[in-house]
Amino acid sequence: MTDSRTLARTKTLTDEPIDRAPQRRRRLTPASRLGQIALYGVLALLALVYIYPFLVQVATSFKSEQEAASNPISLIPQTFTTAAYERLFLNSDFPLWFANSAVVTILVTLGRVFFVSLAGYALARLRFRGRGLIFALVVGVMAVPSVVLLIPRFLVLNQLGMYDSYAGMVLPLLVDAAGVFIMKNFFESIPPSVEEQARIDGAGTFRVFWSVVLPMARPALITIVILSFQGSWNELTHFIVSVQDPGLFTLTRGVASLSSGQLSQGTQYPLKLAAAALMTIPVAVVFFIFQKRIMNTSEGAVKG
Amino acid sequence: MASPVITERAPEKTPRRDHRSRGLRRGEGVAGWLFVSPVVVILGVFLFLPVLMALWVSVSDWGGRGSPLSPNVNFVGLDNYGELTSGQGLRSRDFGTALRNNAWYVFLVVPLQTALSLFLAVLVSRRMMKARGFFRTAFYFPSVTSSVAITVLWIFLFSAAGPVNALIAAVTGGKGPNWFNDPRGIVHLLFGVFGVDAAPAAISQPGFLGLSGWDWIAGPSVAMSAFIIMAVFTTSGTFMLLFIAALQNVGYELTEAGMMDGASAWQRFWRITLPQLRPTLFTVITLGLIGCWQVFDQIYTGTKGQPGKTTITPAYLSYTSAFSNQDWGIGAAIAFILFLIIIAFTLLQRWLLRERPVSKRRIRAYTPKGARS
Repeated sequence: MTDSRTLARTKTLTDEPIDRAPQRRRRLTPASRLGQIALYGVLALLALVYIYPFLVQVATSFKSEQEAASNPISLIPQTFTTAAYERLFLNSDFPLWFANSAVVTILVTLGRVFFVSLAGYALARLRFRGRGLIFALVVGVMAVPSVVLLIPRFLVLNQLGMYDSYAGMVLPLLVDAAGVFIMKNFFESIPPSVEEQARIDGAGTFRVFWSVVLPMARPALITIVILSFQGSWNELTHFIVSVQDPGLFTLTRGVASLSSGQLSQGTQYPLKLAAAALMTIPVAVVFFIFQKRIMNTSEGAVKG
Repeated sequence: MASPVITERAPEKTPRRDHRSRGLRRGEGVAGWLFVSPVVVILGVFLFLPVLMALWVSVSDWGGRGSPLSPNVNFVGLDNYGELTSGQGLRSRDFGTALRNNAWYVFLVVPLQTALSLFLAVLVSRRMMKARGFFRTAFYFPSVTSSVAITVLWIFLFSAAGPVNALIAAVTGGKGPNWFNDPRGIVHLLFGVFGVDAAPAAISQPGFLGLSGWDWIAGPSVAMSAFIIMAVFTTSGTFMLLFIAALQNVGYELTEAGMMDGASAWQRFWRITLPQLRPTLFTVITLGLIGCWQVFDQIYTGTKGQPGKTTITPAYLSYTSAFSNQDWGIGAAIAFILFLIIIAFTLLQRWLLRERPVSKRRIRAYTPKGARS
């Protein structure tokens, strides 16, 4: 009896904490009001620390090189110039890197969503011999740290003749063990009755998966899309060991080479910061589109 | 997991019986294998096969020419591992230096990022908080950017005439360090304040992995410290989200009971809230340890191991040994030693934070995070 009451109470509390706020605010004593002000002060200061670097990055990318050195803190360029951006777009490989990143990211994201949900569905629902073993392998793979794969990946790509090719860049990234795990958990949370109905109506396994189950998995699929997009757009190590040809550089690889001084004489901070800011835009856009979901991923990833 | 296996063989043995279920489950075995085959093939070819091949390379004398599987590559046993751990020669010394650098990095980043992310989560989880969406976004945003972009930004922020030093000059009037060009260890600098500028005789001789005791306790260099600050800055947002989710699952009634009993906010946090966050704490520290032992992107993009080798890490050393110096066996051996270190640390902290029988609520609080990682 007490248990169910406690449960219900916890539920209302976690579900609508904001609704309770006004009622409580009225009871604030002067001391706790002071505490409140202090809290916002601390938060505002922290937020400034977290945001300011990005603001100064954008500001500096519009400064001249002299100004970037002489007045590094200011957020408003005295002489506004787009020289860094012109140089990046008209006089460097930046557009090529961007295109490569876009191609790889789109292919990887599409591939991952499809393969990962196929495997997740099979592991959650289909009965076949060796299923337990395969699941154990998938979980085992999640434990292998990615830096351990630096040399091995190169060795295999080289052996297979896939070094310096789009295939070598995309294929190894197409599958993500954590994604399989997420999808499996999600499919297990859907009641099987829906599929069984479709089966009785004579739909084949793939048909059931494609037109019945997958549409229900939208929330989990969005999670996979976000993770794959961010993961492959920001991926660096794999592209270091899979390509050498500058024509195949992605943004991460290209900007890293820029950073260690490929184009530069002097520090070239406006140019480098402009490149870094531009490469952040796509992930930032995805972040702001799915902000609500990302902020709740810890629950959403599993429960949907 | 367990229940579905039971009926696995039944249809084969008695094809006539259970006709309807056979009809429904028709071809499921084949479909199952077809569905998982892309994942199995890709993980097999690009994960298991590579690891096996690298394991072979780490015990071979392959020099980067031709295939490591060709017959003129020889098995050399544990020579590569032996050379790295002997304490003799440059390779072992470099390996020791890399371990030293990364150990200090782990030692500082893991506690700092855990404490900061918990602190942020508690702040933005206050019940009567306004604008918490804004603050959460602000704290999380650095986590979505790529390590390359952040490193480029960081090199600018911490450059000799950069914003951080300008700020230091504005606030204190003093001159900031030349961050990414300063190889001095911060523990050495601290000793310097007390007048200890050189190694005491007792710890000046080369010891473990060719480094003297004085070298081991140097602390992270000033350059590495800038990377430590960066790691805390970029990871605290992600971990904050984990703590926020966990805080939502913490029952309020216990806290209320604590209030009734006159516990201060501080006591309530330490005695009531924190114990309930233990599973998340465990996850955060595990992920932190795993991540921190793999420092690579920042070094590759930023300092390339300089100044004075104080920012080389085992991951970066593994890469340069193989790709720049063609010491493939050594590079692969470093990678596997690193793998062992990561496993050892994970097990160690698992043991340190081990728990007695778990309540339902804790299990519930834990499951989502485990899956997310």
